Amino acid sequence: MVNQQVVETVAVKLLQLAVTKLPSDTKKLLQKAYENETPVGKSQLKAILDNIELAEKTAAPMCQDTGIIIFYIKAGSELSGLDKIESALRKATIRATKEIPLRPNAVDPFTHENMGNNTGRFVPFINWEIVPGNELEITVLPKGGGSENVSALGMLTPSDGVVGLKKFVVDTVINAGAKPCPPTILGVAVGGGADIAIKLAKKALLRPINEPNSDPKLAKIEQELLQAVNSTGIGPMGLGGKTTVLGVKLDYAHRHPASYPVAVVVQCWAARKATAKIYPNGKVEYLTHEVT
Amino acid sequence: MAVYHLKTPISEEQVRKLKVNDTLYVTGTMVTARDEAHKRALDLHNNNKQLPINLEGLALFHCGPIVKKVNNKWTVVAAGPTTSFRMEPLQADFLKNFKVRLVIGKGGMGQKTVDAMQKCGAVYGAFTGGAAILAAKAIKQVKNVEWLDLGMPEALWILQIEDFGPLTVAIDTYGNNIFEDVQNKAEIKRRTIYKKLSTT
Repeated sequence: MVNQQVVETVAVKLLQLAVTKLPSDTKKLLQKAYENETPVGKSQLKAILDNIELAEKTAAPMCQDTGIIIFYIKAGSELSGLDKIESALRKATIRATKEIPLRPNAVDPFTHENMGNNTGRFVPFINWEIVPGNELEITVLPKGGGSENVSALGMLTPSDGVVGLKKFVVDTVINAGAKPCPPTILGVAVGGGADIAIKLAKKALLRPINEPNSDPKLAKIEQELLQAVNSTGIGPMGLGGKTTVLGVKLDYAHRHPASYPVAVVVQCWAARKATAKIYPNGKVEYLTHEVT
Repeated sequence: MAVYHLKTPISEEQVRKLKVNDTLYVTGTMVTARDEAHKRALDLHNNNKQLPINLEGLALFHCGPIVKKVNNKWTVVAAGPTTSFRMEPLQADFLKNFKVRLVIGKGGMGQKTVDAMQKCGAVYGAFTGGAAILAAKAIKQVKNVEWLDLGMPEALWILQIEDFGPLTVAIDTYGNNIFEDVQNKAEIKRRTIYKKLSTT
């Protein structure tokens, strides 16, 4: 049975952890990048690392753009009361906006009205997955606007193939330049259809950024793409340098014979995400952050 | 790559000494303005009306901060730069009419602004994108806020700053633009990268 109150409390905590404390995967990559950078690149990465530390210490959001709120839910099929989760997550978003605080970012596209609490039609957005068992896993991905704006979908032709995919990723990074607050992380997906490719690309950002793909074939392409985009020299904040991208996360779906959709979702260095698992006995385990 | 500590009001002469890749720290008065505030300021000016503050020699920050009222006083919680390019259509007129000497933001700006900076005497200082707490730490006080009807991020926040930085001079008064140089180099590399990817 889903306990609405527990879901709400955990979701508020997850939002707070996500926006104030960068998970160790990205932090480690930023530290490594700092050691290898040029003087200008170093100055940008130092500001980023100092900022991360200050945000942790003061429990304040590391970036003023606290994003559009997106949840990923893995719901155990044996759980009852799944219909209560949505309203609990909405309440949590409203509470977190006031308590942390988050910047109110949900705007009506026609009237430009901002409710002021990060909720609106389809916001927060919830991605559902039904899995075996009786546990509930909640992930929050507050996604910033600057990096989202340079995300891209390419409806390539099958003859373009893997080379076309790689070129499209390089193009996306060069066209984005300084805009998405590099060093960025790229979620890349190929196949399915337009919607499926984008969904998989965004979801790929939830994987640990510093671990290679479990599929060696994909791991090789990820590595090759990482080297290619970093040879552009765009560097931290687009001021020039060695680190334009920290990691590439690749996924795929089988495709229609006539289609070759490629999606690239760009994530800024502030790769905020947090996951917790709620067990049937009420125990809560935080998977991305240490919680004392 | 010199390091400068500037105090507002900044003079045109001071700003014309700065070159790309210099590092700046600024103390004094800074105002935030995004798209809507740029529009309103220019509308007022075009209707021969005064702005609520004289901007000459001040720093302009492209930023939509998170601000909180504590004990009836505004406090800046987080204040990183926003993408400056959105202000590109309005920035040249803004510089010409209001004579701010330092524009702070992220991602750089276009040729129209580069030309206006050369002509009017202003530079663009890049602040690290997303480093919102670092920025907030150098903001000592909210002196005033105008145009709050535009919403928290879009309002004109008038801020007292101390050693606000580090800022990298990315556009100077000599027509130099780091972002454009980096982008041009990346464009040239595109072909070589393509070739390498096609053979692996």
